[in-house]
Amino acid sequence: MTSTPSIAPRLQPGEAGNWGPERRSDVHVRIEPREHDGSEIVLESRVKAYYGESITTQAQQVLEQLHVENAYVAIHDEGALPFVISARIEAAVKRAGLGDGYRALPERIAIPPVSARDRMRRSRLYIPGNEPKYFINAGLRHPDGIILDLEDSVHPHEKDAARLLVRNTLRAVDFGTCERMVRINQLPLGFADLEEIVPELPNLVLLPKIEQAEQVMQVADHIERIKNRAGIERPIWLMPILESALGIENAYPIATASADIVAMTIGLEDYTADLGIVKTAAGAECLYARQRLVNAAHAARIQAIDSVYGDVADMEGLKHWGLNARAMGFEGMGCVHPLQISVIHEAFAPTATEIEKALRIVAVFEEAQEKGISVVSLGSKMIDPPVVQRALRLVSRARAMGLLPQNGMS
Amino acid sequence: MPTQEIEYKLRLEENAAGRLVPTIANGRVQVPYMGVGQYKPAGRKAAPPIRSAADYPQNGDKRVPDLETALRCCGLRDGMVISSHHHLRDGDRVALMALQAAAQLGVKELMWFPSASFPSQVGAIQLMENSTIHHIEGSMNGPLGDYCTQGKMRGMGVLRSHGGRWQAVQDGEVHIDVAVIAAPTADAFGNTDGSHGKSACGSLGFALADSIYADHVIVVTDNLVPFPCVPWQIQGNNVDYVVQVDSIGDSSKIVSGTTQITRSPDRLLIGEYVARFIRAAGIMRTGFSFQAGSGGIALAFVDHLKRLMKQDGVKARFVRGGSTKYLVEFLEEGLTDYILDGQTFDLDAVKSIASDARHVVTSPFTSYNYHGKGNFASMVDVVVLGATEVDVNFNGNVVTHSDGRLLHGIGGWQNCLAAGCTILAVPSFRDRIPVVVDQVTTLAGPGELIDVVVTERGIAINPRRQDLIGAIKDSGLPVRPIQDIKAEVERICGGKPTAPRRCDHAVAIVKWVDGTVLDTIWKISSST
Repeated sequence: MTSTPSIAPRLQPGEAGNWGPERRSDVHVRIEPREHDGSEIVLESRVKAYYGESITTQAQQVLEQLHVENAYVAIHDEGALPFVISARIEAAVKRAGLGDGYRALPERIAIPPVSARDRMRRSRLYIPGNEPKYFINAGLRHPDGIILDLEDSVHPHEKDAARLLVRNTLRAVDFGTCERMVRINQLPLGFADLEEIVPELPNLVLLPKIEQAEQVMQVADHIERIKNRAGIERPIWLMPILESALGIENAYPIATASADIVAMTIGLEDYTADLGIVKTAAGAECLYARQRLVNAAHAARIQAIDSVYGDVADMEGLKHWGLNARAMGFEGMGCVHPLQISVIHEAFAPTATEIEKALRIVAVFEEAQEKGISVVSLGSKMIDPPVVQRALRLVSRARAMGLLPQNGMS
Repeated sequence: MPTQEIEYKLRLEENAAGRLVPTIANGRVQVPYMGVGQYKPAGRKAAPPIRSAADYPQNGDKRVPDLETALRCCGLRDGMVISSHHHLRDGDRVALMALQAAAQLGVKELMWFPSASFPSQVGAIQLMENSTIHHIEGSMNGPLGDYCTQGKMRGMGVLRSHGGRWQAVQDGEVHIDVAVIAAPTADAFGNTDGSHGKSACGSLGFALADSIYADHVIVVTDNLVPFPCVPWQIQGNNVDYVVQVDSIGDSSKIVSGTTQITRSPDRLLIGEYVARFIRAAGIMRTGFSFQAGSGGIALAFVDHLKRLMKQDGVKARFVRGGSTKYLVEFLEEGLTDYILDGQTFDLDAVKSIASDARHVVTSPFTSYNYHGKGNFASMVDVVVLGATEVDVNFNGNVVTHSDGRLLHGIGGWQNCLAAGCTILAVPSFRDRIPVVVDQVTTLAGPGELIDVVVTERGIAINPRRQDLIGAIKDSGLPVRPIQDIKAEVERICGGKPTAPRRCDHAVAIVKWVDGTVLDTIWKISSST
């Protein structure tokens, strides 16, 4: 990015963030640029007795990083964590037309490892990208993935602020073993999202409302450009979301549009809206689209991931949906509430009978290998290589889910 | 005995917990905390004066027209101690009514001795300003707590546990001159029941000591029934006067509002960890017992434990309330033989007490009293409590915010620490303020009695409890050293918080269950 510090700043105020008695973990910042007199920071905070000085110092540093020299800054803090405070100040500064070309990045925690192309993706928890209170504890129930969402859960007027918040979250929040995902906006807005988030190494980017392979290619190219510029070599995986009749029709070309695609998923709310029909609990109206997606994904050798189950109070319905999805060939689904995670993990776990059968197949196969026998049979049935492959995969998944000891065959 | 009027210069002494505590409070010599179970005073217990039935109406009708008359008949005068109970919680009208009646009589310098005070009793501030009340010995929070921590109260606040209040009455540390007992149902003789009437609140256990040991006892009711009032939780034989009023309280506030399961996924997780811990540690077995408070996390724990007990076919022998509908479900679904109830938090529980003989009313005497020949608290297998802070030595704070402002009463919290396994179930930080800290701001419970700290970021077990550490080794629960959790929390919150600024002016003391002084609450400089 190029900076244009030579242009005289327009003296317009900028504000960002939220405050009020019902707010938690957020902060509201108002910046009033002025011609001279340096910067003055006025703080109100429910944690002022504990972190008042720390917040003021941090605000000063952020202003310096953004090259803001003269401004009146009013901060209403509701117990926001430091990475949130930075993001809100930066958003306010930029809305005031200042700080262009500069970033106020919080300290980065240890860089999380690259995720395996075919890692478990049973559950991915959606976190609204402009709601800081949900970030810090998102990983506590160990979803396989956490999606910091910049798209539908963020109001159109807050896209710029959410982008900075999500960027800072990627830098500063430890999500443990969860795969770190970001759902960007549709293009062209999505390009601006990528500029901020790609340098912070998300494991995976979700692309909403994909209808054509070209859309995926555009995103992949843009990511590649940013990676090259920043010297990033590790992969950033892609997961297109199909949410329309056209998207479903183009499922296979989309699934094969980039080598970085590891999974493909479906958005049933938008899909049914596109068809002008009502989404039902049983979901018969979506069956074709889901089957089509599963088939295309498997043909492209990527994971098929199901939509979300929207009724957070209905755990029985969720379980039923999950069991059905697994039986159809999906490897996971989305979560809109943390309490859905364990139900989904249970639904996508192989049954004891399946594990036992797989273990027997693997044992017979290994025995045959040792003896140099090429034809493998179990009881009266011949076992083909794909069957062995499936059994091996099931055993390794069961192990990853903690359903089997970590080493040793049985 | 007349109150000693000699002014002592405040002297501070370090107690066995390393805390600086005053040796005199409100003109009384105080014993610094000596350690758990170390202080054993001798002598005879306090007792009320001898009375003669000949002095009371033969027809049993002890009614007088109003509270002023009753207080005048009790001989209320300057400097006396007037007590009240808090079973009506934030809905109580009787305590203030009595204090205001005292003001009408022109009585000054009273000590108010509530079993707890509530924000709706903010009117007590005005009564302190006009010298009707000299000071309060009892829990203070909200506006009353601020008034005290800003150093505006003339006497020193004294915070006692429910058991400690009984101890103080029994060993003569506090002598109640007049007890005013709000009665959801009563007869003209003074027999009193809490579980019936439009202002029903269930148990009246907190008023029991007052009824037995006070010089004079006034019962105030809005539901007068013909003799006999059954059951009589308070015996009319201890009562001097009965006053009838339109309303003893706002029944919509009698249930406190803290009696819903939390909806926060993180706090639900804490409740789930607690329940799983109790099962994994082998505590959850048929015939066991537990106690949990009324907070959102405690209720989440109770709800999850219920699921695990059903799964494993386990039945408890008794559970201890603070009772709520969630505990009542245990009784109704056959998951426990008894509820031993100290206070009643919602209307389902009030109804259950009134109708189910297995839902038993208890008092701090049976449950918590240090001067009893034992009490129930130490017989409970596991107790789950909240806290505002817990430190790396497992010391707990339940009475002040991290900045030293009064927040909660001690309640039964200290007494419950005697259970077989004491678990603090707390978020690791609230609003960026760490809960797991280096040292608690105010010491309310010694770490040697706190066995487990369960947070959303992991479970820390007190190294004193190697048995528990061994028992849950292979449970898959996220057990971590408490230092580890503290370090993570400080990292998240952006460093340690600034320590509170305080003056060297003691405004209240925290008593241990035996009457010794465990810690001091200091005046907060008014700028914060």
